[in-house]
Amino acid sequence: MKIIRVNVNGRDMEVAVDERESLADTLRERLRLTSVKKGCEVGECGACTVLVDGRAIDSCIYLAVWAEGRRVLTVEGITGPGGELSPIQQAFVEEAAIQCGFCTPGLIMTAVEIVGTGRRYTRDELRKLIAGHLCRCTGYQNILNAMERVAGVAQRVGGE
Amino acid sequence: MAVGKSVGRVDAYEKVTGRALYTEDMAPQGALVARVVRATIANGRVKGFDLAAALGVPGVVKIVTCFDVPEIDFPTAGHPWSTDTGHQDIADRRLLNRRVRVYGDDIAAIIAEDMVAASRAARLIRVEYEEYPPFTAIEQALDEHVTRLHDFAPGNVLKATEYRFGEGTFEAACEGSVVLTKDYRVQTVQHCHLELPVSFAYMEKGRVVVVSSTQIPHIVRRVVGQALGIPWGKVRVIKPYIGGGFGNKQDVLYEPLNAFLTMRVGGRPVRLELTREETMASTRVRHAMNLTIASAARPDGKLVGRKLVGYSNQGGYASHGHAIISNTASGFRHLYESQVIEARVSTVYTNIAAGGAMRGYGIPQIIFALESHMDDLALRLHMDPLALRRMNAMRPGYRDPGTGITALSSGLMACLDKGERHIRWAEKRKAYANQTGDVRRGVGMAMFSYKTGVHPISLEMASCRMLLNEDGSMQLQVGATEIGQGADTVLTQMAAESTGIPMEQVHIVSVQDTDVSPFDFGAYASRQTYVTGMAVKRTGAIFRQKILSYAAKMLDCPAEKLSLADGRVLDADGNVLLPLEALATEAVYSLKHAATHITAEASYQCEDNTFSFGCCFAEIEVDIPVGKLRVVDIINVHDSGVLINPKLAEAQVHGGMSMGLGYGLSEQLLYSEKGMPLNDNLLDYKLPTAMDTPELTVSFVETVDPTGPFGNKALGEPPAIPVAPAVRNALLHATGVAVDSLPLTPQKLVEHFMDAGLIDP
Ligand code: FES
Ligand code: FES
Repeated sequence: MKIIRVNVNGRDMEVAVDERESLADTLRERLRLTSVKKGCEVGECGACTVLVDGRAIDSCIYLAVWAEGRRVLTVEGITGPGGELSPIQQAFVEEAAIQCGFCTPGLIMTAVEIVGTGRRYTRDELRKLIAGHLCRCTGYQNILNAMERVAGVAQRVGGE
Repeated sequence: MAVGKSVGRVDAYEKVTGRALYTEDMAPQGALVARVVRATIANGRVKGFDLAAALGVPGVVKIVTCFDVPEIDFPTAGHPWSTDTGHQDIADRRLLNRRVRVYGDDIAAIIAEDMVAASRAARLIRVEYEEYPPFTAIEQALDEHVTRLHDFAPGNVLKATEYRFGEGTFEAACEGSVVLTKDYRVQTVQHCHLELPVSFAYMEKGRVVVVSSTQIPHIVRRVVGQALGIPWGKVRVIKPYIGGGFGNKQDVLYEPLNAFLTMRVGGRPVRLELTREETMASTRVRHAMNLTIASAARPDGKLVGRKLVGYSNQGGYASHGHAIISNTASGFRHLYESQVIEARVSTVYTNIAAGGAMRGYGIPQIIFALESHMDDLALRLHMDPLALRRMNAMRPGYRDPGTGITALSSGLMACLDKGERHIRWAEKRKAYANQTGDVRRGVGMAMFSYKTGVHPISLEMASCRMLLNEDGSMQLQVGATEIGQGADTVLTQMAAESTGIPMEQVHIVSVQDTDVSPFDFGAYASRQTYVTGMAVKRTGAIFRQKILSYAAKMLDCPAEKLSLADGRVLDADGNVLLPLEALATEAVYSLKHAATHITAEASYQCEDNTFSFGCCFAEIEVDIPVGKLRVVDIINVHDSGVLINPKLAEAQVHGGMSMGLGYGLSEQLLYSEKGMPLNDNLLDYKLPTAMDTPELTVSFVETVDPTGPFGNKALGEPPAIPVAPAVRNALLHATGVAVDSLPLTPQKLVEHFMDAGLIDP
């Protein structure tokens, strides 16, 4: 076991972790941040996406010890103190971008990263930016609609 | 009106905040973990184990092998149990199997303190096998020299059935007709729900509790009882939110083993979660099929005879077995009319993963074959494929001679009209008719019909309970399961509609717990809005009546004069007499009238069925030298009766279209000759990503079905059905090349283009 110092969702903490342990397991098992989902544990599906220092990573293939001294953000950390939804979460709700919901927290975290750049993106750029996430329920259509609302340009690109 | 409105999902907030609890999120901390030890051969027999080294690994608690489990064969299909022994599902596997029939078969299980210990132990187990030559293809399984996988299935044929309806024979119909006979092949694919199959089990008061990611909690309870040889009432199954199922979790997967394992460690909690690789190799898949279709048509296009010969690759265990290709055969019968129709279909055991239920239940397979065939026939007849379909399609009022299911509502023709307009069919069929050059475009389409629920093939029953709270709100309890499709939301809408209590006051209990929830068979066959919907509607009527009777007592007037709307009791003129809140408080705490808890419960046996319809129109562009196919425009048009929630319905169609595109273009689970899965992971198995998915257009034709609780019929599965053949037919239009198997990968297309002389060898 090793003690790491890490800021999780705005709180500085010290966590004892196994050196072989993934950040996903630390967040889920030790800190009970169960929004972090696991669909493959080998970096293929994106369900476990969290932000480390603002960058979206697959936490299943990111060792917990690498988070030493860093800031980790999960969906629990973007929900307001009174349970208020962030604009991104709100957009997912309004665009019916959620079905089984298993891919949702990961996609929302990627959306947070995208919005954080402050840039506007075309729909095709958004497609590329979320291509690391698999969703079997939605065909990505409403997810892209939700992303476009918060990070997109007015007109649709793609299709004809 | 709550029904027909695009209200938001009742679980949306929980899901976007990550607060929705799925099975693994609920597992008790400190639970033991279980890991299945898997066979490293595809066909053979376990002769023995050397466990010594594995047992020495620190943290290993127990190892159970196939020699330690009850000698009970059990079925796993998520079907209602049949009390008629002749119709029961095939019981052909044990908790752990000595006879190995699939690479990765379950032969032992390790219980350990943590996964690291379990995995280390798994690597140290030595297994001695007796090996037989494996076979993965239907043709091989039917060869008389191969071994028999199950003693009761000579020639490895699980079952074969046939039918003939109409006048004369197919051969007679061929005389003087244009006859086309062709083979079509569809591949093995996997559901790939994002949440892996996971459960945990423990004992409580002498009973075993299994919390599982399943579509069918009540069926899981029965099968756990059967598999362990314990009374069904000694089993409790709890189903939290689940991360998709698509039919894979309409099978009893590892819940019985999980229950057995906790019992072997004195009831301590044991968690059993599969990896993605295990899920793809060792749960269920969509059946690969070889389908031969023959059609006899008059020169004007009128079909006179139709025939299907089909084989389904079952893999090593029966699971849903022959029910799937039986459905394939009946789907073949329904969509087009002709004087005579016949089919002969067989289900064949092989050494690959067991075929089970998957969205569409055998219909995506036949619709690929049939709708490809219709375009091939149109070409032969020099007809427009759409015109050929319109001429022969199932008419409103059609009654299926096999099941009696009748098309009581049909928007099929209107769906075709909408699709045709959207894609600009006539214009583009003409514009793309004579292209040359490397990059070409084409438009194609396909259509389907689909049953709603399983009556009369199997039993249909659902139940519902409503409880009035003191503030006039209510709890809604059903045994039907939310699996992502939006069941909780639409059932809430239906409850509001049928009681007169506003939606915000209807609190659905999302978790199914067989100790508490009313009985339901679960999420499959696009049945819940139709069957459970009717149970909700009936319970709502009883509940409302009880409320109004109580109001009558309070108001001292006849109940018939009262109604309930928007949470208020009204008189015949619509004047508000009493807020429901006041009534509900009075009912529980009354000093004047009998104090009572107003509740209602009803179950409903559904003895109806009806057809839903739809079509897909697609425009594609193909780059011939590299075999790259791009979908430029695609629309699905559906007649699913009245839409309970149009926005969620549309979202459901998006997901189905995406699954259909994966089936058509990229997905295939591959096996080596030895029966070893080659791409059982999400990197090598090509699930569509956002970049592979075009803009998806959805449209509906709303008919009112007289048998649906609110005029609604099947919607959940149908969207996945017509997409692959529409794309294949668009490719045929673009290039003149008919590809008769899926998926349409670049490699396959290049081979076909070379054969057709479009690419120089
Ligand atoms: S669980 Fe991390 S990418 Fe799939
Ligand atoms: S909503 Fe189910 S996987 Fe995306």
